[in-house]
Amino acid sequence: MISHFLSASELSKNDIEKLLFAARAFSTFMRKGENIGLLRGKTVVNMFFENSTRTRVSFELATRRLGGNVINFATSTSSVQKGETLIDTARNIEAMKPDCLVVRHSSAGSPATLARSVAVPVINAGDGFHQHPTQGLLDAFTIQEKLGQVEGKRVVILGDIAHSRVARSDIAILRKLGASVAVCGPPTLLPPSPEALGVEHSYRMEELLPSADVVIALRIQTERQNRMQIPSVQEYSKIWGLNQQRSNLLKPQAIILHPGPVNRGVELDPEVADGPRSVILDQVSNGILVRMAVLASVCSREELGQWLVEQNNFGGENA
Amino acid sequence: MPKNSSILISGGRIIDPSQNLDALMDLLVENGKIKSIDRPGQIPASKAAYVLNAKGCWILPGLIDSHVHLREPGFEYKETIETGTRAAIAGGFTSIACMANTQPVNDTPYVTAFIREKAKTVASCRVYPIGAISKGLKGEELAEIGGMVTEGAIAVSDDGVPVMNSYLMRKAMDYAKAFSVPVISHAEDLYLLGQGVMNESSLSNELGLRGNPSVAEEIMVARDIALCKLTRCPLHIAHISSAGALEHLKRAKEAGLPVTAEATPHHLILTEEAVRGYDTNMKTAPPLRSEADKAALRQALAQGLIDIIASDHAPHGLVDKAVEFDQAASGVIGLQTTVAVTLRLVNDKIISVNRWVESLTSNPAKLLNLNSGTLKPGSEGDITIIDPDKTWKFSDNDILSKSNNSPFIGWEFKGQVKHTIIGGELVFGKAHE
Repeated sequence: MISHFLSASELSKNDIEKLLFAARAFSTFMRKGENIGLLRGKTVVNMFFENSTRTRVSFELATRRLGGNVINFATSTSSVQKGETLIDTARNIEAMKPDCLVVRHSSAGSPATLARSVAVPVINAGDGFHQHPTQGLLDAFTIQEKLGQVEGKRVVILGDIAHSRVARSDIAILRKLGASVAVCGPPTLLPPSPEALGVEHSYRMEELLPSADVVIALRIQTERQNRMQIPSVQEYSKIWGLNQQRSNLLKPQAIILHPGPVNRGVELDPEVADGPRSVILDQVSNGILVRMAVLASVCSREELGQWLVEQNNFGGENA
Repeated sequence: MPKNSSILISGGRIIDPSQNLDALMDLLVENGKIKSIDRPGQIPASKAAYVLNAKGCWILPGLIDSHVHLREPGFEYKETIETGTRAAIAGGFTSIACMANTQPVNDTPYVTAFIREKAKTVASCRVYPIGAISKGLKGEELAEIGGMVTEGAIAVSDDGVPVMNSYLMRKAMDYAKAFSVPVISHAEDLYLLGQGVMNESSLSNELGLRGNPSVAEEIMVARDIALCKLTRCPLHIAHISSAGALEHLKRAKEAGLPVTAEATPHHLILTEEAVRGYDTNMKTAPPLRSEADKAALRQALAQGLIDIIASDHAPHGLVDKAVEFDQAASGVIGLQTTVAVTLRLVNDKIISVNRWVESLTSNPAKLLNLNSGTLKPGSEGDITIIDPDKTWKFSDNDILSKSNNSPFIGWEFKGQVKHTIIGGELVFGKAHE
């Protein structure tokens, strides 16, 4: 039975806690400057069917820091455009005998389709609007790091919820860890029935900000074809953007996250994006740690377990 | 068996809603026509060249599928008239109507004539072309409806592409009246469905797939019914899928408008839940809907509000289906499974056997003005014999279509087509046990 890593919804609270625990252990260990060889001799193929520099680099660094080899396979065209089926593409890559596929695709469900067609574990690095489970984990890790815990925290997600894989993954993971989540954005960018996500919603962020411990602002698509959803970037920024004045409504300790890249002056004003509440760059660093945890648990589950026990026995601070 | 001989079908249960008949009877086919029906044993075996023992079986008028895509000309890698009709007779169909979205589109008398001529030489069953409403299915100009009807088209439809221009749809309905053919509507508002690839719901949200709301169908059904009221042209709603659209249909029928509707086996049996695994064989247009929609469709079929069961047999090759869900073509094959899949509704006592037979025989015959769908003496010798108790499993290997995009592979069924007879000739099933 191959263990894939496809969706935050499939993870139990226990799975999430174990992965966060491993990420913390890696963080501590790497501060000592030593190598972790959990992926030694293994090859991870980054299959990116959609452009993404930072997620790809993050997975690449995570693999290398665990001693593994990386091959990058990038194409922004879908299999359809090439006249090849998605399954053909997957079988070709599989024939090269990799140990793991990290898949980013603009079509929801493609990592799941690939996972059914190949005998190699598949990690979802973001599929359409569906899921981006390592982003959900790194957001949970960052909240834990900055605020001590996720449980009991109030998290407000701002922006284009309907078309966000980040929102779906964050909601699944943060709720399982005991946070209460609310979403806010223009009605055109909220799902038809937000209640089905198990979260509260509001069209006025002023109602939600005073009680928030964490704000996650999402990147909005500013392309012209979205003009039936948002009248203009200017209006979005004025009414739905998080500016300094609105962020003053937050509690003193509240933090602001963003999955990047930030549209400065649109969903976040520059003084907020670069202000003291912003933990955006910490998210990027933490992304590598949680991806190490996911890669190790998918490719080397037993070795990871042993390694964690050893760290604990030899004075690790992760108990 | 030589053509134009005679067959005595004995020992079976004849179910023919066109004559309110449901009884153990024997039936004689002679010279391609139904000769006589009589009480068991009354027709002497000596009258027939051959006796078919139908003990335990249902004897039905040859089944008619009013909604099939044969893909020829133009998409022969998906299906041909030859392969599609072979699948049809294995599925118990003696007549099928094929949609116009071929390449070139069936929007001229020449394409209609090509389909008829080709069918004469290669088809295993009767093939009735449906002409396009608009040239190239573009929704801009009327297709040559008169010429196509002259060449044998029995209805018009832009199926696959909804007619968004209400003016053109109105004119098509006005024009079609002159030729006594119904206008078949693929009722979906393309602007409202946008890039939707599955039913809009909390599930589409969970799966991260763009939703196609059921009101996209409801709005178009309401529009076309309004145009039907204006023009009085017979209107047929293809593959109706939503409870909301059924409300409009109900009011239209109560008002006495010439409106009919069909439902597909997949909309009657499956729901959007089937999309959960991103299996592209669960991607259809209109999409699989909610449990409540499915329940409403079943009830409407039971009550006769939905007149017809049609397969919407839509073959697609691997290059169309083994791809990303949002990129994949919509549609499923259904000719070989329509009988077995919808017999579940009879077996589960959701619809009566009479309703079931009617929806596959006399009702589609009425819609398409065909001289079949009945076992009345003198009519065409088209007969379908079903073993209602036979259990079987549908597998990949059973597929006679050129494409294998079925959502029902691996399903187990009770009830199977045993014989198909067209014009008095046994075209499917074993002559001898």
